[in-house]
Order: sequence, then structure tokens, then C-alpha cells
Amino acid sequence: MIEFRAARKEYPDGTVAVEDVDLAIEAGTITVLVGPSGCGKTTLLRMVNRMIEPTAGEVLVDGRDVRTADSAELRRGIGYVIQQAGLFPHRTVLDNIGTVPRLLGSSRRTARERARELLELVGLPESVGDRYPAQLSGGQQQRVGVARALAADPPVLLMDEPFSAVDPVVREGLQDELLRLQGELGKTVLFVTHDIDEAVKLGEKVAVLRTGGHVAQYAEPEQLLAGPADDFVTSFIGRDRGFRRLSFADGDGVVPGEVSTVSLGDRCTADDWVLALDSDRRPRGWLAPGTTSDGPVTEDQLLAGGSLHTRGAPLRGALDAALSAPSGLGVVVDGRGSYVGVVTAQQVLDLIEQRRRQVSP
Amino acid sequence: MIDELVRYFSSPSYREVLLSSLGQHVYLSLVPLLLGVLVAVPLGRFAQRAPRARAALLGSANVVYTVPSLALFVIIPAVVGTGATDSINVVIALTIYNAALLVRPVMEGLASVPGHVVTAATALGYRPARRFFAVEVPLALPVLSSALRVASVSNVSLVSVGALIGIGGLGRLFTDGFQRDFLVPIALGIVLTLLLAMAGDLLIVALRRALTPWQRAGGR
Repeated sequence: MIEFRAARKEYPDGTVAVEDVDLAIEAGTITVLVGPSGCGKTTLLRMVNRMIEPTAGEVLVDGRDVRTADSAELRRGIGYVIQQAGLFPHRTVLDNIGTVPRLLGSSRRTARERARELLELVGLPESVGDRYPAQLSGGQQQRVGVARALAADPPVLLMDEPFSAVDPVVREGLQDELLRLQGELGKTVLFVTHDIDEAVKLGEKVAVLRTGGHVAQYAEPEQLLAGPADDFVTSFIGRDRGFRRLSFADGDGVVPGEVSTVSLGDRCTADDWVLALDSDRRPRGWLAPGTTSDGPVTEDQLLAGGSLHTRGAPLRGALDAALSAPSGLGVVVDGRGSYVGVVTAQQVLDLIEQRRRQVSP
Repeated sequence: MIDELVRYFSSPSYREVLLSSLGQHVYLSLVPLLLGVLVAVPLGRFAQRAPRARAALLGSANVVYTVPSLALFVIIPAVVGTGATDSINVVIALTIYNAALLVRPVMEGLASVPGHVVTAATALGYRPARRFFAVEVPLALPVLSSALRVASVSNVSLVSVGALIGIGGLGRLFTDGFQRDFLVPIALGIVLTLLLAMAGDLLIVALRRALTPWQRAGGR
């Protein structure tokens, strides 16, 4: 558990980076600090491991004021992941990961053994262990950065915009990976980002910070999207918040309907939209109404399908599946990716409307 | 010429002079280089960390480097109180030159270490001294090694000048040869000085390669 008590950082020129912040971060959760640049989020993060000392107030980790600890020893007990990974270019991946165990007095051999375990934990092949950071992709470097932070098994992990320098596809993979890791490890994670989507996706609690180091709102992501505390939070969350909030709306009420299907390789004349499936009943694409084929249906005749909605997943996926399909019919699949049925945007909207009435009659 | 070479090498005393001159030349080139590094590293670190003192420090380093070597060789005994022909004068003078030459590259080398790497090292729990030697110095080596090559070559050539004030080294072969109108030691002096300069240079290049394996590992 991390606690900020009236923590304040004021520079000699009078700039206030963090103004009297009170914040309690629960143990074993991911808490995200999000805000525009200059809102003091990184300053706040760095107070935890004494990279920055508060000018007033205090920061407690597990009830203990961090200033009572020796700063180097304190830092060895707190994982830290930085933007661009901050890997040591002159050390191999294994030696990078083994840094903190070495600082804590482990032999090089023990540290490298531990590093190998961590490579596996963060999903990297053993073969990268002897490479230098410059030989890795940006995404791999970030994984090594996470592995290095976890090497001494610290209870607290600080992450300072760790995924902002990689491309969106890789970033999404890294975010999923972090959530999976967190499910295994249950660390107390304090995560800084300027990206509200990332905050909402990763955070169990999100603190929105405003320029000048004020906490504008501290809430669970869904509450944040449903009820922004003020104009600043509203504008920071952005225009799509209604749609984004559907990420938290339970998709159990979606009842998939039927549509004509054809297996690739079979013959078919489409009077209406027909969904083509492969031999594992996985959706491959759509046949438009009026398509006639002389022979078996092939991939060439298909219109690309929209996104797929996994049954039971939040409503955002169901609505997006319907909106992105050329037929207007969102394809619902099961956990293995096999066809279950279809859903229309209207069905999703009706479901949302129905729930709203239940909540506020 | 060949006869003269044979005559030169058949004389044990000449051979001995040659070897001791060579040995002394190596010693007088190498020791100031090492001492120069020892002086330049803290000064360069200071220049990197204290922007206000930087201009003054680098400016005076430049001025020191413009003082003619012969003048320095003569001034040092007067200031330090060493004997006029003591080889320590050359060591002191070249140490000063090397330090002056290396301050800027040390500063630039340390400044070339990416900020996020230093931040990460601190955040992982390195204390400043260990971080300096384990992270910053190794990463500054590529920049620093180019300057070391310049310094080593310049030392080899400057030690020759020491012969003018009666200090050993390959320069003695020149003064000897000129005094006795004997071409062989002069030619040998020139060739050995060149070879020594090249050997020093190659040694530093080899050391750099051995110490910076990550630089050869190539991109992905």
C-alpha cells in the first residue's frame, strides 16, 4: 500500500509541480495516474522511490515514511519501469535483468539464473538472453524492462509511461501482457500515462491529475466515464466516453440471432447476406445479397467481415462488431472463435436502453 | 647504408642505447597518458555536472594546450623544483597536456550517456559512485577512446622533444646522430617513433573493441 499525505513539490523558482496531494493506493492493484503533460504525475510517482523528495507532506509505503529508508536500498525494493525501457546498452539482456539481484549481492550466476526465469515470465524466448538491447525490437525492450523491474520480486512496481514509445499494436499486446502478469503476481502497481484509454484499460483505480498537480478525480474507470467530476475531467476523457463506457457494460444480455451460413467450398446462391465459415466454423467473411456462384464458394468472393464479438464480452465489442460488418450484423463467436450467431446494433442499443430504465425508472 | 646499419647493430653499446631509449620512450609516453586520464575524469565529470564552471574549465584547458612543450619542459623544473634534466619534468608536462586534451572528451563522453539510462540506474538502486563506474564510464568509452588515440600519438611525438633538454627517449638517437653526423641512429629514431605511435594507436583501438562488445553487436 502506498499513501501520499499532503505531498507537495515546489521548486525554488516557485513552480508547484504537485500541490498537497492525498492519495491512498491499495495493495495488490493497478492504480493509474493520468493527466496532460505538466500535471505532476511523474513527479508524484518518483516521490515513492525518492527520485524526487517532497518539499512538504509525506509518502508512505506499507505505513513507513520513505524518508526513513536509505534511498538506494529503498529503490532496490521497488520495481521501476521507465519510458524507452532505460536498458543498459552495454549489458546483455540477462545481465540487464539481473541488475537488482546483483546489487543485492547475488552472484552473477544466480542473477543470470533468475533472469532466465523472468525472460520466460514476460514471454521472451531464451535466445534473446545473450543479445544486447539494441538488437531487440521496441516491444521486446519493454518486456526486458518489466522483467528487470521484477527481478528481485519487489511488492511495489512503478511504471512511468512504459509503453508510450512503441507502436499501437505492440502497445496493446504489452498492456494485455501486463494484465496477465498482474493476475499472476498481484503487485501493487502505480502506473503513469497521458493516455486515457490506457488508464481505463489497465487501472483498477484511476487518478486524473490536472496541471499544477491537483487530483481532479480518483475513481474506478467506469465511474470516471459515467460521472466525470468536472469540466476538466470531461474534456480530458474525450468525446467517445459514452462508447468507451460500454467496455464496462456486461454483455451477457446479448441474445445472438440466426443468419444463413455456408461452408467454404460448398455451393450457394445468396438471396440475402450469407456468412461464410471455414471447416472449424470460424467466420471468414460475407457473401453480399445477389452473389451467385457457378461453383464452390471461395475466399475471393467474400467481403471482409467486421470485428468479432466474443459471447459474454462487454457490449462495446458487440456494438463495434455490428457497426463494422458490411451486413450490419455483428458476428458473435465463442471462446474458441467458432460462429455462434449475429447481433444488430439495434439489439445492443435496446439492451442499453432497457438497462437504463431499470437503473433510473 | 647497409654497412652502417651492420656497424651500428654490431656494437653492443649502440644496441643498449637503442633499447633503453625505446623503453624510456614507452614509459614517458604511457605514464602521462594514464595520469592524464586520472586527472581528466574528475575534471570532465565536474564540467559535465556544473554548466557554470564549464566554460572557464574548458577555456583554461585550451590555453594550457597551446603552451609550447619545450617551454613547459623548462618552466616545470623552476616551478616544481626538480632537476633540469630529470625525466619527471616530461611526465609532469605531458600529464598536464593529456589532462587538458581529455577534459572535453570525458565531459562529452559522459554527456553522451542517454539520460533515461542514468535515471534507470538510479531508480534500480545504484549509488552514485558505483553507477559512475559501472554504467556511465563504460558507455562513455567510445567517445573517450578517440581522444585517447590523439593523446597517445601526441605523447610519442612530444617525448622526442625531451631529448633537447637531455632527457632520454628515442629523441636521443636524433641528437646523437646529428652530433656525430651519423645517419643510422637518426633514421632508426624516426622509424621507431612512427612504429611506436602506430602501436600505441592500435593498442587503444584493440582495447576499445574488447571493452565495448555491444557496439559490434549490430542492430536488429
